[in-house]
Amino acid sequence: MGGKIPEISHNRVGNKKPWKVVFYMAPKNPSAGSPINGTRFETTVMVHMDAAYNLARWLTRDERDAEDVVQEASLRALKFLETFRGGNSRAWFLAIVRNTYYSGLKKNRSDTLNVPFDEDGLQEHDSAHAFWAEGAGEDPIRDLEREEAKRLLRAALQELPEEFREVIVLRELEDLSYQDIARIAKIPLGTVMSRLSRARKLLYRALHPGQQES
Amino acid sequence: MDCAQAQTVIECYADGELDAVTTTRFEKHLEHCGGCQRALDRLSSLSSLIKEAVPYSAAPERLSRQIRARVDQRNVAPGRAHGAWWHWLRPAALVAVTAVVTWIIAAQLNDPPAKELVAEEVISSHARATLTGHLADVASSERHTVKPWLSSKLDFSPPVPDLASAGFPLVGGRLDYLDHRPVAVLVYGRRQHMIDLFVWPDNGARPVAASEPLSKQGYHVLHWTSAGMTLWAISDLNAPELKTFAEKFSGVK
Repeated sequence: MGGKIPEISHNRVGNKKPWKVVFYMAPKNPSAGSPINGTRFETTVMVHMDAAYNLARWLTRDERDAEDVVQEASLRALKFLETFRGGNSRAWFLAIVRNTYYSGLKKNRSDTLNVPFDEDGLQEHDSAHAFWAEGAGEDPIRDLEREEAKRLLRAALQELPEEFREVIVLRELEDLSYQDIARIAKIPLGTVMSRLSRARKLLYRALHPGQQES
Repeated sequence: MDCAQAQTVIECYADGELDAVTTTRFEKHLEHCGGCQRALDRLSSLSSLIKEAVPYSAAPERLSRQIRARVDQRNVAPGRAHGAWWHWLRPAALVAVTAVVTWIIAAQLNDPPAKELVAEEVISSHARATLTGHLADVASSERHTVKPWLSSKLDFSPPVPDLASAGFPLVGGRLDYLDHRPVAVLVYGRRQHMIDLFVWPDNGARPVAASEPLSKQGYHVLHWTSAGMTLWAISDLNAPELKTFAEKFSGVK
């Protein structure tokens, strides 16, 4: 991953022009920002600050770390602003946020990556494709106290492996399309679907005290 | 669509990612399948629980402030300085490119074709005048006669130097029209030869030194600019003497 920009493939074609004349002068007034990059930075990056922070918070699971990731990602986004060729700027910036998080993780805490996660209990229902219809038992959401359900769900999301956590955040909180999620997480469309499916089953199961115990 | 098939697409349906055809088929199945309807209900209740349980955490105001500050800093900081020469090179390159393009356009517009055209006009005018024997509208060796006459007919006053001492006596002057404007034609003599000198103002023209005369249709043609005037000399005189004439003309004035 390194310091590379995430691939938003359809937007990256032809971003190398043979030559381009751009007047760039450092602003005289430090608070004015670059007149060219400044406006573009605001409309491409700064408008998605909440989304970026939200994703970073759920990836890092820590507010201070999230702020650091977003700051770092914003500076990267500034650096790569010229490579953004239209399209979904939120997905583009979130890809950088995610990338920043993972490259930082590699540097600092490579040992904590890839926490093994026991999915055995899911496999059989998964293959039958019948989890939601039969395998889930009684609907725990209906039976639980609303506050208790919310508490359980937050805890479960917190505990999800990050590859599942990120697709849930991107889908349920950011309302992004499978296509955008695939680009951000750099996985095939089919993997987006299967990860989302797994993640939902894991969350759902965590709401079911009976299943949790067994 | 049976239940097994419905279950494979149920999440795509809940996420609104199902194509229209499959959506129709799925919904048809849903109408008479309580199990799949229940499954869909569970999915949507999970989805709303997630949205409810996980509040969208808005970025702290401080974060945006810090980022803007760092971005501004980066724009002025030495971090950008290593690229500074490049930033100056860009305008420099633009100027250079503009200069080259301008030069090419100017060369295209001014030089070969336009100059060619004027040379043709000069030759035609001179040939006509010598054929008809009408070289001068005002025939006088006196420049104080020729110059006012020309000035009164034109919107400029051409230089009419006395070059008799150099062996180029003034014969007279006439008017002509070329290069889309009225011009003065001074007629000087050299032995049996006649020299037509076409003069008109050309403000802002680049100074063009008299080079070697062109040889065209038995005439020698010489072009130069001097003191804001465009000058064309044409004669059947030999080239070196025509050049001498040009030098005397602009040197003496």
